[in-house]
Amino acid sequence: MAMVGSNVRRSRWLSLYLPLTFFMVFLMFPFYWMLIVSLKPNTDLLDTNLNPFLLYSVTLDHYSYLFTDTAFLRYTWNTFVVTVGSTLLALSASIFIGYALGRFRFKGGTFMGALIFLCYLVPPTLLFIPLSQIVADLGLYNTYWSLIFTYPTFLIPFASWLLMGYFRTIAIDLEHAALVDGATRLQAMRHIVLPLAMPGILSAGIFCFTLGWNEFLYALVFMSSGDMKTVPVGVVTDLIRADVYFWGSLMAAGILGSVPVAVAYSFFVDNYISGMTAGATKG
Amino acid sequence: MVHYDSQGFAMSTLQETRPSERVIVPEVQEGFWTRFQRRESSLAWLFLAPGLLILILFIAYPFGYGIYISMTDAFVGFAERNFIWLENYRRLLDDPIFQKTVRNTFVYGVGTVPFKLALGLGLALVLNQKFRFSRLYRAFLLLPWIVPTAISSLAFLMLFNGVMSPISWVLEDWGVIGGSINFLGDPINAIISLCVANIWRGVPFFGISILAGLQAVPDDLNEAAALDGANAWQRFMAVPGPVIRNTPLIATLFSIIWPFADFQLVYVLTKGGPANSTHIFGTYSYQTLGYTDIGTAAAISLYMFPILSVLAVILLRYVRRD
Repeated sequence: MAMVGSNVRRSRWLSLYLPLTFFMVFLMFPFYWMLIVSLKPNTDLLDTNLNPFLLYSVTLDHYSYLFTDTAFLRYTWNTFVVTVGSTLLALSASIFIGYALGRFRFKGGTFMGALIFLCYLVPPTLLFIPLSQIVADLGLYNTYWSLIFTYPTFLIPFASWLLMGYFRTIAIDLEHAALVDGATRLQAMRHIVLPLAMPGILSAGIFCFTLGWNEFLYALVFMSSGDMKTVPVGVVTDLIRADVYFWGSLMAAGILGSVPVAVAYSFFVDNYISGMTAGATKG
Repeated sequence: MVHYDSQGFAMSTLQETRPSERVIVPEVQEGFWTRFQRRESSLAWLFLAPGLLILILFIAYPFGYGIYISMTDAFVGFAERNFIWLENYRRLLDDPIFQKTVRNTFVYGVGTVPFKLALGLGLALVLNQKFRFSRLYRAFLLLPWIVPTAISSLAFLMLFNGVMSPISWVLEDWGVIGGSINFLGDPINAIISLCVANIWRGVPFFGISILAGLQAVPDDLNEAAALDGANAWQRFMAVPGPVIRNTPLIATLFSIIWPFADFQLVYVLTKGGPANSTHIFGTYSYQTLGYTDIGTAAAISLYMFPILSVLAVILLRYVRRD
């Protein structure tokens, strides 16, 4: 028995702990590096006698520099406004689209579903040039609205498909019962389906939030003058400088800029994973 | 859509209402709104309307407008523009930077797939096991896919820096190399560096997609195969292998499509350099827009459309089948 036990333990090392360690090192190293550089005094950073992978002393200078000498906080606020605004807009439109495509049988329904899926495959890189002209013509250039209106172009297709799948998992009998009791479609939807679909709506919302927070190209082209920048754009365009002393604050900005999405999804990691795979396999 | 007569009554409602619903809705005095809601197709289009409006205004219209711009010799800031048909597109075919751009886009997409597949499968097989804190590990290992690419690219900007790179430090310390590696300043090195960052970002997506496929495999199938004396590899090829075949395929198609949509990774790390050797469609188009040559810039972007259409049709077929 002892032999068998040690064999099992050895095979568990080979099949689990060894590869797990490899993946932790490979996938986490850039974050680890960002974190230690953001906490390291410049003198330590440039001292070649020290092991670069370790922290010998800790400083919060890079973080305080970020808050006092740069517009980082303003960028965070901008990103927040734009992301929440576009998420709310996209989510409310998507709930109706998802419900219509998931529940109603109507002429052109399948076609519209495919068409909306195809919109998901139209990347911002394809449209940003004519869209920049349209944003300017509408007088939205360098305003929050420029992104609140354009982000839904990639949020709606995604959220609609996710919600369409979710609505289909909710038993239709419940709605029929309500209809028999004299409720209208809208009442049945509001009182029966929406409460049951809350988990799906929530994970679609989190998706939209992370996608909006991470967007770069539209933010760079439509809204990047003065203080009107999002975090990713502001960090890349303002904090990368030509001297060697900017690494600490740059990495600090990277850590802080990742926190909102990391927190948003950590609460709902299981939802996120099922949603993501729904996104991967169902559109 | 629906036609109404002068009183606002919907005409020909009955023929489209399904029999089952005629039974379940009581015949009381109904207002227009109530009856409107009972017609599924009218209500469906009403529900689609707000979202469609946004998609038409900010996808369909710019798409058409973009085709127009791409056929002009427009420059930003100059009112005068001439319609030149496909001249911009023809000129790009002879442009060596554009040729490299097309090649790079496929290298980043197709060339990284074997690595993403192998590592993603490994990751999925690890995460499919039961162990302490497995949920915590899973949450952490997904991070490269979650955080903004522009921000994780900053980490790679330093890891690939000519002076500060810890990779160079370690290799120098071990005596493998004589001096710092010029990761991003040399065309070949730069493309490899971009591929590495690309693989790093894509592995969690492949891992989680394959994991979802693995978890769809019933446990008793695995146990039955184990009882029959199959080893781990035989078991994998016999049971989950066929079941999850579609998932890696879809993940692969997504991986090929991403570089067309990508911008941040290349923009942060190389801006398409050195000497315009690492561009993808997005960065080359953006750079051309920066030279105010908006007609050519639009043409570069729109060249993606036929390629993306083919990929999208294939993808849609597999997604539907699932």
